[in-house]
Amino acid sequence: MTTKRIDLTPIKNFFAEHPGLKRNNLIMILQKVQELYGYLPEEVIDFISEEIKVPKAKIYGVATFYSQFRLEPQGKYVINICNGTACHVKGAPSLVDEVEGILGIKSGQTTPDGLFTLETVNCIGACGLAPAVVINDKIYGKVTPEKIAELVNQLKAGEK
Amino acid sequence: MSKMVTKCDDKVIKNPKTPCLNFVHYALGLKELQGKEKENADYLLEVYRKRPKEGCTLVYLCKGTSCLSSGEATLKDKFDEILEKENLTGKVQIMETGCRGFCEMGPLVEIFPAKIFYCQVKPEDVERIVKETILEGKIIDDLLFEGLADPDEIPFYKKQVRRVLENSGLIDAENINEAVANNAYKGLQKALELRPEDVINEVKKSGLRGRGGGGFPTGRKWEITRANKSDVKYLICNADEGDPGAFMDRSILESDPHKLIEGMIIAAYAIGANYGYVYVRAEYPLAVQRLTLAIQQAKQAGLLGKNILNSGFDFDLEIVQGAGAFVCGEETALIASIEGKRGMPSVKPPYPAQKGLFGKPTNVNNVETFANVPLILRNGADWFKEVGTENSTGTKIFALTGKVKHTGLVEVPMGITIREIVFDIGGGMPEGKEFKAVQTGGPSGGCIPAEYLDLPIDYESLKGIGAMMGSGGLVVLDNETCMVNFAKFFLTFTQEESCGKCIPCREGTKRMLEILERITKGQGELEDINRLETLATVIKSTSACGLGMSAPNPVLSTLKYFKEEYLAHIEDKKCPAGSCKYFISYHILPTCRGCTLCARVCPVNAISGERKQVHVIDQDKCIKCGQCYEKCPWNCIAKG
Repeated sequence: MTTKRIDLTPIKNFFAEHPGLKRNNLIMILQKVQELYGYLPEEVIDFISEEIKVPKAKIYGVATFYSQFRLEPQGKYVINICNGTACHVKGAPSLVDEVEGILGIKSGQTTPDGLFTLETVNCIGACGLAPAVVINDKIYGKVTPEKIAELVNQLKAGEK
Repeated sequence: MSKMVTKCDDKVIKNPKTPCLNFVHYALGLKELQGKEKENADYLLEVYRKRPKEGCTLVYLCKGTSCLSSGEATLKDKFDEILEKENLTGKVQIMETGCRGFCEMGPLVEIFPAKIFYCQVKPEDVERIVKETILEGKIIDDLLFEGLADPDEIPFYKKQVRRVLENSGLIDAENINEAVANNAYKGLQKALELRPEDVINEVKKSGLRGRGGGGFPTGRKWEITRANKSDVKYLICNADEGDPGAFMDRSILESDPHKLIEGMIIAAYAIGANYGYVYVRAEYPLAVQRLTLAIQQAKQAGLLGKNILNSGFDFDLEIVQGAGAFVCGEETALIASIEGKRGMPSVKPPYPAQKGLFGKPTNVNNVETFANVPLILRNGADWFKEVGTENSTGTKIFALTGKVKHTGLVEVPMGITIREIVFDIGGGMPEGKEFKAVQTGGPSGGCIPAEYLDLPIDYESLKGIGAMMGSGGLVVLDNETCMVNFAKFFLTFTQEESCGKCIPCREGTKRMLEILERITKGQGELEDINRLETLATVIKSTSACGLGMSAPNPVLSTLKYFKEEYLAHIEDKKCPAGSCKYFISYHILPTCRGCTLCARVCPVNAISGERKQVHVIDQDKCIKCGQCYEKCPWNCIAKG
């Protein structure tokens, strides 16, 4: 886990701006934390636990239940390959193979330099464009192994 | 030039984000306008109804998720640029709309009042459209779909009955003015004149059934919730569209969010709820954004909040974003999730109608169900029943995807056949592919093989052949899809998404998956088929919620119709579709010209060889991705 100290100011500000947050707002709060920090840092979970009076174990229970939440930081570029039914039959697995080959990581992992995270998602609802890939919120449709290789290599080159 | 919308009332409206209340109320017939203001409002109504006065052209750009990612944004900039250059900004209005449904052919551009439909428009086409079509009235043939200018003539649209999607792709989802000009909230006005019981009776009479998959009669559900007395009741819209391969709900939210809001207000009035939630997947950012805006505009217009349209009825609506869990599509799990807990289903009874959100009576319906409600109230139950079959009335929206020529969103009458959907609307199979089956209902559904192509689709007929309506995903499969692998794909999904609360689902799906993995790796034995069937029966009859009860369906239905494929994997150690990697290997033939292309595309550097020499694949390194096979220009790579 990270040894860097986490700045609690953003989450404190959020609580100050939204008084009256309760237990049933937990998912929304965690979504906000992830938006602010990119993942759910332990220190922030401690803080939330105090604020809304919910045991840490319960918060981890929720955080690990939903696929959206991450307990570790992600790469600068998050490559999300859709593996919904339509994308699957139109070749999403070969896109995963391609990116795994280029980056040398498996799906769900982040490159050691912290640049790329590779993930698969169970349908983003862009089935008309299958196979679809999302790189940092931008959707690419009808992606081929060559096209994704080009995209990844471009991003890699841009970082050098 | 100032945008046309500003003409409505210079005092009130400055941009579509802050609706002109005078206009909204005038369009709803709640307010009289005089003089110049009335003239402007009438003019605007004509524009929004796509009948602008002479000398004015409307250009509709589809701004759904698909068209956006196919480059709609650059198209808009290009239009703005060229219109300004040609000094046409006053005469041509660019309208951005929600999803028009023909996603395959995006970005889509539609021109009114001439009604010309262009597809796959690229930025470099914009200048031609402006100069030739808008200025000279000429149709550009190469931008048409198969030579047809009128979208109603295009086979993709021709066989559809677009009711719920009547405004989709034809109004700006971010502008309530356009929605009210095209009949939004007319059904609500009718409903508020009736007693809640009569609203329920009308919905019961229409025969509307839950569009999320279950098919429970909607009016009946409302009646049960209404009958439970409580100080507080809740209404929930399930927009957690988790079925991979389905995007009907996303499309409604992105293209006509007011239909959902209107349907929810009517439902709330009928059951006596004053507070509602829309539970939307976080994976749908655009839908969340547009729905948020629509709720805000409806509030400003007095259509949500206290004393709606002076009826004395209060209703407020809030969006809750899901965090990624398929099981939350199950209503008790969804309720737990809104309460901020792990989304695990609870045992029924008590049903949500008795004890739901925060322990209060709660009614849950899905997006498409709610979106049908305004139509029923506006046009009457008899009109609604004109379409469909006896027990499944109205229309159903399907997301047509997979191996079919034209993918997209289609709304068809219940009782239509698969053949009509796939071959007439979808244009049939791509070149050289052979139809094998369609899969409906996602991970809870099953396959419909070619022999049932002419079966009229409704809730009962699909159940009868081991498939289900589901939420409306319709994935077309061809001869290259291995049915064993496909069943494995769904089971991997349900296994991952199983919440773990009950043992049959948690452990049973895992065992089934292991067996399928063995079979696709060539280690299956004949007894495995019986084992799969036994496990499936137990899981179906003993799981706690719908996820587990339906999880074995993809396996059972492929076993029923494609048993020979299972047997081929087990006995002949072959994958007839040529897709299970274990059974394939790639070899380079002696005719190889040494062009090195295969070596370059190989993601794992498994191919070696000198230039102009025959290359070799290292079988230990090869991951069988098939890229060399696809890429070799000389067909020198054999798959076997």
